[in-house]
Amino acid sequence: MIRLPFVLFFAALLFSAGVYGVLARRNAVMVLMAIELMLNAVNVNLVAFGSQLHDVTGQMFALFVIAVAAAEVGIGLAIVILLYRNRESINVDEVNLLKW
Amino acid sequence: MSAQEYAFVVLAIVGGVSAISVVLARNVVHAALYLVVTLLTVGGVYLLLGAEFVAWVQILIYVGAIVILFLFGLMLTKAPIGRDMLDNQNRWIGGVVGFGIFLGLVFLIQDAFKVQDSAAQVTFRTTTGDVGVSMFRDYVLPFEAVSFLLLAALIGAVVLARKDAEAK
Repeated sequence: MIRLPFVLFFAALLFSAGVYGVLARRNAVMVLMAIELMLNAVNVNLVAFGSQLHDVTGQMFALFVIAVAAAEVGIGLAIVILLYRNRESINVDEVNLLKW
Repeated sequence: MSAQEYAFVVLAIVGGVSAISVVLARNVVHAALYLVVTLLTVGGVYLLLGAEFVAWVQILIYVGAIVILFLFGLMLTKAPIGRDMLDNQNRWIGGVVGFGIFLGLVFLIQDAFKVQDSAAQVTFRTTTGDVGVSMFRDYVLPFEAVSFLLLAALIGAVVLARKDAEAK
């Protein structure tokens, strides 16, 4: 018997912490961690609404989001390692090769 | 308030504090460990919401695999320590935006769902069997698409991170 708004407040807190992390961090790995926080907030919302509506669909979408997040972290860390090998730095504000 | 709700509040406080610590920590390894705590509390919230399969997937995939990937990424790239090295100069804008988003979401949620409203209670329980039946009856095509996506991500990560032998 958990009231739904409490769960949504928790997810909102996770999401805004993730937004702050994406905007404020320079280190690319830390930016990826903040993105994980935001994806977790979305998953909490999906499971909570699915639970309230008595439907498994919310959990199915949460599982698919988890799979996509795993793929995203794998590719993201590969790009970060490639970047470190080429530039000796993974600060996102120093990466300006594609900037006109 | 019921016992489940007390347990949820404890989990939410621990998870919220450690989520804020993830984005404020000055040491990258500490941030990764705070991320572990946050992901574990989210798994506990899934258990309290009656989603046992998602909870164990959360603990296996996130805590078991993704955090290890992050730690490998931190080890392979020289990670500096200290706020000025980890954060950029515009972090106060990030703080304003993050706090504004939090306030806006809280306002919208308490506007849409009255906190004292007993109709908005979560009482659902699902077993792993329900999730499996739903996945292989209604969501077979998305399941296959996700497995293809994971294969593509695997190959792409190997191709990207591999050292090019002949280019040197």
